[in-house]
Amino acid sequence: MATDRNEQAGASRLRRGLQKRYRRERRFRGYGLTAIMLGLIALLVLFGDIIGKGLPAFQQTHIQLEISWDREVLGINQVSEAELKQANFDALIKQALRERFPGVDARRQQHQLFKLVSSEAGYNLRERLQTDPELLGSTETVALVANSTVDMYMKSDAEARADDRQITEVQRQWINELRDSGELGFGLNTSFFTQGDSRNAEQAGMLGALVGSFYTMVVTLLLSFPIGVAAAIYLEEFAPKNRLTEIIEVNINNLAAVPSIIFGLLGLAVFINFFGLPRSVPLVGGLVLTLMALPTIIISARSAIKAVPPSIREAALGMGASRMQVVLHHVLPLALPGMLTGTIIAMAQALGETAPLLMIGMVAFIADVPQGFTDSATVLPVQVYLWSNTPEESYVALTSAAIMVLLAFLIGMNTLAVVLRKKLEQRW
Amino acid sequence: MDTALQYNQAARRASADADSENPMLEERAYPEETIGEPLVDNPKMSIRNVDVFYDRDQAINNVSLDIGRNEVVALIGPSGCGKTTFLRALNRMNDIIDTCRIRGELRLDDEDIYGSAMDVVELRARVGMVFQKPNPFPKSIYENVAYGPRLHGMAEKRHELDDVVESSLRKAGLWDEVKDRLQQSGTGLSGGQQQRLCIARSIAVNPEVVLMDEPCSALDPIATVKIEELIAELSQSYTIVIVTHSMQQAARVSHRTAYFHLGHLIEMNETNKIFTAPDHRLTEDYITGRFG
Ligand SMILES: Nc1ncnc2c1ncn2[C@@H]1O[C@H](COP(=O)(O)OP(=O)(O)OP(=O)(O)O)[C@@H](O)[C@H]1O
Ligand SMILES: [Mg+2]
Repeated sequence: MATDRNEQAGASRLRRGLQKRYRRERRFRGYGLTAIMLGLIALLVLFGDIIGKGLPAFQQTHIQLEISWDREVLGINQVSEAELKQANFDALIKQALRERFPGVDARRQQHQLFKLVSSEAGYNLRERLQTDPELLGSTETVALVANSTVDMYMKSDAEARADDRQITEVQRQWINELRDSGELGFGLNTSFFTQGDSRNAEQAGMLGALVGSFYTMVVTLLLSFPIGVAAAIYLEEFAPKNRLTEIIEVNINNLAAVPSIIFGLLGLAVFINFFGLPRSVPLVGGLVLTLMALPTIIISARSAIKAVPPSIREAALGMGASRMQVVLHHVLPLALPGMLTGTIIAMAQALGETAPLLMIGMVAFIADVPQGFTDSATVLPVQVYLWSNTPEESYVALTSAAIMVLLAFLIGMNTLAVVLRKKLEQRW
Repeated sequence: MDTALQYNQAARRASADADSENPMLEERAYPEETIGEPLVDNPKMSIRNVDVFYDRDQAINNVSLDIGRNEVVALIGPSGCGKTTFLRALNRMNDIIDTCRIRGELRLDDEDIYGSAMDVVELRARVGMVFQKPNPFPKSIYENVAYGPRLHGMAEKRHELDDVVESSLRKAGLWDEVKDRLQQSGTGLSGGQQQRLCIARSIAVNPEVVLMDEPCSALDPIATVKIEELIAELSQSYTIVIVTHSMQQAARVSHRTAYFHLGHLIEMNETNKIFTAPDHRLTEDYITGRFG
């Protein structure tokens, strides 16, 4: 009887305890869920804001103008390198505008009229003529890039338009007239993808930064992957386990935590001041980013090597393989997916790195698309930084658009890392 | 404290626990020399006065024995007595353990195993090893078996390699089960098949001695029988040293049996003799199940 009661008491205590445990578990899950929701909301807000601001930058206002490729106005006889340099394409545009609005005589008004079109539209015309010399002498309708003030005006709502101080009253009339007749409209912002940086927002593109980032990443990858993997293999497979290797190990972990700007300073001191490499070039940028990427790659490669079961090493050694053969035949193939994943993540970090590149002068305004590793260049995140620092309002959308491109690359690389890991992962 | 002394004390304690009412404690102490017949004429391998240390701890204590040609020698003893350590000393697998040091004389056909003239790679090709846990490479079955011959340049042409793979798998009794899926991963086989694959892999390089560390510990009785048959067959051309926890297995497959106890080789004799009339109490306690 007594034991019976004891058992009952024990059971009910167990039940109460269980309920408490379940409650605690539910609460804990609640915390976790809340944390994830908060993170997701933050991410959504960030993406929403950036995409909302950046999307308009992929569109651009164009003005359709009747361009007559007049030899006299251009001041050339035929299409050749030398003559094109002399040619006055702005005159073509001015003439076309004058013909479109014949009533405008006053100098001040004419000046305002010409300002409707991008001040670099002449370059676009030159390229057009260069690719198609047959045009000389003919007349055609060309969509010219509008000035960024016009672009801003077109993209804003009625209220904002009313107090747009950048556009004068006459310009407003012309714009309305052109818009109503369909001569003023939106088109794809091609210069964003085909040109380098520019002082005119409507002509500013990120191809320069894109190519700069590409060259920089090539240098970083070519240096950091082999060096990192070799270091990891040596440390894991060959280095004697003593005080020295312990110190090296600790310091590699320390390096991973060093603020990136310090690597920039180091790069400035060593590569530029000591070795005399040029400033602002992808080569030096890649060298600096290699220093940054190395610890990450070494650490991930080492853990990938560590994850290879020792039984496989023993099996190979027992078959009479040398240490080098064990590494080449067994350890490397098995550790490669982990190494690649780590490398891609390190590359993604390097792609988004700004601070150290500021130190080595990759922050300069560079309009030309770099042609090689030693041309002055900038990179994607620095381009974002540069544009966000520009006071002109028309660069706000460009900044967000550049961030979108950068994020697309980062997401792409991280996805690649995950896919690669899933695909190459081997079970043993 | 002196390590040997430590071991002696530990042994005394252990045997005192075994049956405390027996007053004849002296009989339990380690014999000065190994009891039985550890030595043979014209041995394949000879081991003299070998000590093995892990850092300061002595795992093998003054062991001397011979392994005859085409002989199957079984090593038995309680867990942790140093069987694996001893086995790994025979093909220098202990070299890869940083803390492990070895002293004494080990000879393979009169060549000093630890001498400077001995090449480790060659040694391991001549003295193959099958590990306690099946450890096939995460490669195809074919590649697993072909690895050794390729490594040592024993089979140059494709058809030679094919022949080696087939004959090795046949000897290991695995050919019929895998001949249609040679290109599949070796890790996809069952535990027993993996162990036989590992055996095929080690005999593919035509070793002179095969060391087997509890090759059947993870196998069912049917697979065990297959491997025991294999050992019997292999013993016609190879010398085999096998570690086992199963007395029956030792009795079935081996010619001579060595009993290890806390790093000491207590007794080594004809297998029949060991299992029917052991000379030393420790051996008797162990094989009758009173110890370990
Ligand atoms: N790598 C090592 N480092 C340090 N000590 C070791 C190492 N390997 C084994 N030992 C020690 O050496 C002694 C003998 O170990 P060993 O593995 O040879 O035993 P065993 O007879 O094979 O045991 P089992 O039957 O359980 O496999 C044990 O006390 C063990 O703790
Ligand atoms: Mg063992």
